[in-house]
This record gives sequence, structure tokens and C-alpha cells, in this order.
Amino acid sequence: MSVTSVPDTLGHFGPYGGRFVPEILMCPLEELERAYLKAREDPSFQKDLEELLTQYAGRPTPLYHAKRLSEMLGGAQIWLKREDLLHTGAHKINNCLGQILVARRMGKTRIIAETGAGQHGVASATVCALFGMECVVYMGEEDMRRQRLNVFRMRLLGAKVVPVDAGSKTLKDAVSEAMRDWVTNVETTHYLLGSALGAHPYPMMVRDFQKVIGDEARAQSLQRIGRLPDAIFACVGGGSNAIGIFYPFLNDASVRLIGVEAGGRSPRLGDHAARLSGGSPGVLQGAMSYLLQDDEGQVGLTHSISAGLDYALIGPEHAWLHDKRRAEYVPVSDAEALEGAKMLARTEGIIPALESSHAIAEAVRRAPAENGAVYVVNVSGRGDKDIDIYRENMPEMDS
Amino acid sequence: MAVATQTRIGRLFEAAKADGRKAFIAYLTGGDPNLERTASLMLALERGGADLIELGVPFSDPIADGPVIQRASDRALRGGATLSGLLETVRRVRRESEVPILLFSYMNPLLRYGFEKLAADASAAGIDGVLMTDLCVEEAEEPVRSLRDRGLDTVFLAAPTSSERRLRLVAEHSSGFVYLVSRTGVTGERQSLSTAAAPLANKMRQITSLPLAIGFGISTPDQVQEVANIADGVVVGSALVKSIEKNMESGDLPAELQRFTHWLSAPLRER
Repeated sequence: MSVTSVPDTLGHFGPYGGRFVPEILMCPLEELERAYLKAREDPSFQKDLEELLTQYAGRPTPLYHAKRLSEMLGGAQIWLKREDLLHTGAHKINNCLGQILVARRMGKTRIIAETGAGQHGVASATVCALFGMECVVYMGEEDMRRQRLNVFRMRLLGAKVVPVDAGSKTLKDAVSEAMRDWVTNVETTHYLLGSALGAHPYPMMVRDFQKVIGDEARAQSLQRIGRLPDAIFACVGGGSNAIGIFYPFLNDASVRLIGVEAGGRSPRLGDHAARLSGGSPGVLQGAMSYLLQDDEGQVGLTHSISAGLDYALIGPEHAWLHDKRRAEYVPVSDAEALEGAKMLARTEGIIPALESSHAIAEAVRRAPAENGAVYVVNVSGRGDKDIDIYRENMPEMDS
Repeated sequence: MAVATQTRIGRLFEAAKADGRKAFIAYLTGGDPNLERTASLMLALERGGADLIELGVPFSDPIADGPVIQRASDRALRGGATLSGLLETVRRVRRESEVPILLFSYMNPLLRYGFEKLAADASAAGIDGVLMTDLCVEEAEEPVRSLRDRGLDTVFLAAPTSSERRLRLVAEHSSGFVYLVSRTGVTGERQSLSTAAAPLANKMRQITSLPLAIGFGISTPDQVQEVANIADGVVVGSALVKSIEKNMESGDLPAELQRFTHWLSAPLRER
């Protein structure tokens, strides 16, 4: 099986993916898949989406040569794919615009979404405001605490933010609550899932809506640099920004794809979200993939300084790319991510989201040893939402 | 594959049919509030009138459950419940009881245990069948084969949203009985039962001769009666779990649970 011929018709990426949901959701998922595949082939849908991506969201985003950072590291040349410059401040808007168009074609009147860092919640609230649709966002109480600014942004945009106090009160619990809402209100409601997770067709559909990142980055590399990059770095929570930038490069064997997971504060279960170094195959919230779990098959708690990477399951296509050795996945700790953010801020005047800081930190670690190489780092979001956390962790600047 | 099997489940529905009676199916979360008490609670359910017991395996992320069963799972996990512990509990119950037992679980704890090993151990312990809430027929080939090889029933859910094509697949993969979900939504009590249940039962009768049980949202004797008019079995879950939760500190929890079960199942005895 080639790495690009996935998923199959039941949503399998090799042994991963599929549909593991209550029977109530099976027909709605089949219906969503049909509606999406029909839209994908429809030129008027593609035209509407492209119009929104360019005129509303601000695509294409620049591929920016980070010269001072590269010079300081004295090795690889680092280029940044600036998804942080998009409307709402992260790549999440790409997927939200695509899905809201699909939801409208299906006649849905209500949108629900989960959010971790709040970026997907803000993007969902934004597209709902744009199309005049009701929007309910589920968010863990812990995440609401650490991403207060985004909670207010969602409310300002007219969305209802529902706190979730189950489990660890983070992204996973928000997804469960959104799924419970969906099984109850499935006739009127579209579940706008924000990452390349969940039951088929979500991992495929979200990838398709995000691959614009990689399509642009590939064309921009050829045009600006005159060749393909040697390595691409992206952070991986569920993995939508990563699969979006990786996918168009899958058949370019010379391009190394490096996914960066949250290494948290230690490699102990409960202290990180590094599914590919600390997890094993399992089923959570609709899909089979690498899962952080205990010996009893109970889902492990996770920790990351970045709410958007704090999730126990990795998107199924990443599990497949890992097994096929087409992409490499490494953990970066909370402390390294903070250092990466600080370095980018000081050398380039760009404050990245904590999630993206993980990818930057890994590129920074490797760059000095690879003189002449070209790196592309996906700066998936901007750091405004994380200012409180940066402040807490950099007390020397906050006196 | 739609066959009446010779587990205790198959025999229960055959006997009930011969007597013109409907089965009362009781759910409880295994290990709630702790493993030590589960065997006595299962026996209390049987004494109270349960014809079949659904033994829930607690899971950290119960996406199909409402707050009552979420809290029960949480209590059970904090109390140290494990799948092996539940199998041991079933072995203890089997010393005193022949009540049919269906293991009711999310996919991941069973996947982790391994389906081959689970089939062997569950069958040896005296479990009669397995239902997985988030396992649909498309992904079920290997689990169904392992479980059937050991003589266990595999029960699948059908929902009001299921297409006719899916209802056929559900019937084909099920043995013992088919579980019909009365309405969209998560588990939990409801004031009125959805009108979706009757049409779903009618459609399913055209497709299969397997017994049909209906569950989700049934919490009063009147509702038990209402559902018994269209199904072969009536499932009560959250209402029983709530009774356990409410009487947790009571001196005689099993007696309270038995009384409540007796009250709920009364309409099925008085025909």
C-alpha cells in the first residue's frame, strides 16, 4: 500500500483509523462522508472555499526565510510557513471554512465543536458568525483557565462555551462531551471536529482541508528556494497542521517529515503527550491509533504546557506514517518549547503559539549540525493566546 | 449468522417466549462502588427480578453514557476495578446463580486484554455474551470470530438512525438477541420514551427472528410495561445505577437494590 492511497473506503490508514462509535452515529457519519465526497468533486464548492480562504482568511500565507535565526544557529537555513498570520491566528480556520460549507450543504443549522487551546473554538465561532449559525463549543475547565483570552473571543463572536469538568478537564473530555451532544442532536447538528482525529471521514476530510498548507509550501519552496526542503517540522496534537503540511510531500522521498509531540515534564505516563514513544495501539473517540493507556486499557492522563498538544491519541494517519517510517516523531519538553518561543521572538520578532514552539525547538536543536540544509517549520499559530503562560514561565521579564 | 445460540441468553428468551413472558434486563457498572460489592449486587438484581444482567466494564472515556453511568465508571475505576477482577466476580456469582450475564463494554479495555484471551477467560468464568458500545459491525470481524469460537453470544446495537442496510448487518452479526436503542442520545432517564422505538422494532422484526431488547431511558414500571408491549426484553440501566448511588451508604445496599428492581420489573410478572 502506498503512503498516499489511504484511507480505504472504511477510513483505514493501514491498521489505524476506522469508525469506532456508537451505532447511532454510523449513519450520520456515512451521510457526512457522502456529502463531503460530493462537495469535493463539485467545482462550485471548491470555488466558494477558495474565495473564502483568500478573501476572508488571508491565504496564501508567506513562506518566510528566518535569516537571523538561521545565522544564529549557524547550520540549516530555516524557513517559516506563516499560518500564524491567518485570520483568527492559526491554521484551524482552513478546516472550519471547509466544514461549514459542507454543513450548510447538508442543511444543518447548529454547529458544535471541541477545543483545547481555544484556537479551533475561535475558528469555529468565527465561521458560525460569518454564516449566521448557532455555535456551541465544549472546552475543558482546565483549558478554559489557561486559555482565558480565547474563551472571551469565542463569546464575543456569539458562541456558547460549555465548560467540561469531567476527567482531566482538557481536550479529551471536551471531545467526549461534544460526541454526547452529537448523538443527542444529530439531526440538526454538525460536529465540526477540529483535528485529524475521530471516526472516518474526519481524519481524511480534515487532512484534505489542511493540505493547502503543504501545497503552498511546496510551490513556494520551488519558486523561492529553487528546490524542495530537506526537512519539514510540525507539532502534532491530533495532528491537523502536521498532516496538512506533510501530505503534499509524501511522495517526495528526499523530504524528511518530522512530527513533534509534547514531551511535557517527564517521560512518565501522565507527564507528557508523546503517543508514539510512550503509547500503544488502542481505540479512543472513534479511531484506532497510538494511545497513551495503562495495562487495563484505561486512557492515560496527559500533560503538556500547550493545551493544543495535550491529547492521549495521535491522529491515525500519523500512526500509519510512523509505522511506514515515512515520517519521524519526536518529543520536545515544555522547557525546550519555551526556549524555542523565546528564541524566535528575539531573532525574528515573531511570538509563536506554544504548540508551534515545539516544532521550532526541534528545528533549532537540529539546525547547527546540518549546514546547507533547508528546513521548513510550520508556525501553526500565533502566541497571543499564550501570553499568560509565557509570563508565568518567564518571571525574570515580568517584574 | 443470525442464530439462536445455546447460551443461557438463548435459553432465557426461548423459555420466556414459551411462557408468554418478557425479560427484564438489568445493567450495573462492574466495580461500582467497589469490586467486593459487585457480586452481591448482581445477586440482588436477580432476586429482584432481573432475568439477564448486563455487567458494565468501567472505562475512562464513556462517550455514550450520561452523567449517572459516567459517575459510576469513575467510582469503579477509583475503587480499583479491573477486567480480571470482574471475571473473578462472575466466577463467584456462578457458584450461586445461573442468571445469564452479558459483558457490556467499550472497545478499548477488551482490545487491550486481547479478544482471544478474553473469549477463553470470559467463557470459563461463566459469561454468556459480549456487547461493545463503540464497536460497529464493520470493525467486528475478529472479535466476533474469537467470541463465537468460545460459544459466547455477540450482541450489537441498532439505533433509530440505522439504515435498513445497517439493520441487516447488525442482525447478521448478533446472536442471543439484538439491542435496540430507543432514541438518539446518551444513556440516562427520560420522561417519555421516544416514538422511534416502535418503528425500529417493527423494522427489525421484518429482518430477524432474534429476540429484541429495548433500552436507553427506561426508568419507571409504566415505561417497562410500555416497552414490553413491543419488545422481548426491557433494559434498565441508569435508574438502577442511580439507586446504587443513592443508597451507597445504606446499611443494606443489596436489599435496597433488590426492592427497587422488584418494583421496576413488577409489570413483567403480573401478566
